[in-house]
Amino acid sequence: MLMELYNYWVVILLMMTGFYIVIVQGNLIKKLIGLNLFQTSVFIFYISLGKVSGGSAPIFAEGVSSYSNPLPHVLILTAIVVGIATTALALALVIRIRNAYGTVEEEELQQRDLEC
Amino acid sequence: MLLLLAITALAIAWLRDLFAAVMLAGIYGLLSASFFVSVDAVDVAFTEAAVGAGIFPLLMLAALALVGRYEQTAYRHPLISLLLVSITGATLVLGTLDMPAFGSPDAPPHSHVAVRYIEESPKEIGIPNMVTSVLADYRSFDTLGEVAVIFTAAMGVLGLLFTGRAASPGSATERANMYDHRVLRVVSKMLIPLILLFALYVQFHGEYGPGGGFQAGVIFAAGIILYAMLFGFGNAQRVVRPALLQILAACGVLIYGSVGVVCLLSGGNFLDYSQLLPDPLAGRHLGILVIELGVGITVASSMILIFYAFASATVNPEEVA
Repeated sequence: MLMELYNYWVVILLMMTGFYIVIVQGNLIKKLIGLNLFQTSVFIFYISLGKVSGGSAPIFAEGVSSYSNPLPHVLILTAIVVGIATTALALALVIRIRNAYGTVEEEELQQRDLEC
Repeated sequence: MLLLLAITALAIAWLRDLFAAVMLAGIYGLLSASFFVSVDAVDVAFTEAAVGAGIFPLLMLAALALVGRYEQTAYRHPLISLLLVSITGATLVLGTLDMPAFGSPDAPPHSHVAVRYIEESPKEIGIPNMVTSVLADYRSFDTLGEVAVIFTAAMGVLGLLFTGRAASPGSATERANMYDHRVLRVVSKMLIPLILLFALYVQFHGEYGPGGGFQAGVIFAAGIILYAMLFGFGNAQRVVRPALLQILAACGVLIYGSVGVVCLLSGGNFLDYSQLLPDPLAGRHLGILVIELGVGITVASSMILIFYAFASATVNPEEVA
């Protein structure tokens, strides 16, 4: 029971750590790192779902009868590359915010907005 | 391995030094890549190793150079947030109690299309790597969309950051730090050609072994970025020009889309490669090879362009504003 669900519980722990960082920290860069943790935990969840005990990597070979599920691999493979591209876009926005406001701390940003 | 991942994640949450947090995020990426190898997801592991442990920390570091290394403000309502997060986590744990055991062969994800992909794709598509078959043939329309997203994101970064002016080659600011390390310089000189060669192997061998356009693209980009970091941003821009990269990034998507249109014109459905050649299997081979090339070109040039944009913002911070 414990070992059967161990993977999923670690995924939940990772996801909640990322979630906590996003809620608590005011620094925009730190929030992005937290979002990245969250994202990777979802990747790990999908790949864990695709594993078949005793299966081999999904590349056809003579004499191998059981393979792990290729579908989650495809989804996550593309998601990783799309993820880094969108993270880069977010970082670029953070840099522009820094240039416009002089800070990347959320509370100071809100204060600046109120002053205007 | 998962325990190590969890410890790294908690340390990231704990640290207030952003530089250390980014370094730990790199380790986290490498750890998750090795986890992917251990559960048979070799294609995913390739990508995660290049992206999670290579490109992601690099972009973060470039951003840190611009926005500063330390967090300033105090945490907001840490206890309430911890409570909220714990409740959410506990609910999710309750949800897992009904899930099939890890690795169980008759879990629901393995019972629908996956069976067909595993049993039919080696005969139907004629290539051994099922991940490539699904990515480039059965679900090629999704992949086209994803390539378009990457291209759009790269253009967005360029629109926000790129100053257009190349740093002058060999200027004082750029080769200052890393170039003096002789070990780094010599080792990377030996490694960079091998990295680029390996990327090409991964690109063109993706049908038979683990690999394909996405993996090759990020590995190739990592090689060029390594060169840029050691031998100066200006020198790298002379080797691989940003204007050329912009054209290449667009061409990759164009190649992908045109294959679909050619399939339409030869009387099949959009992206139905069996129409490309008289022999359907050979047609599918050709189609997969060409679209993977398109994916690889777009991914590699987008990643390098994004890195250039961040690097040029770091070199000339005043021009971005």
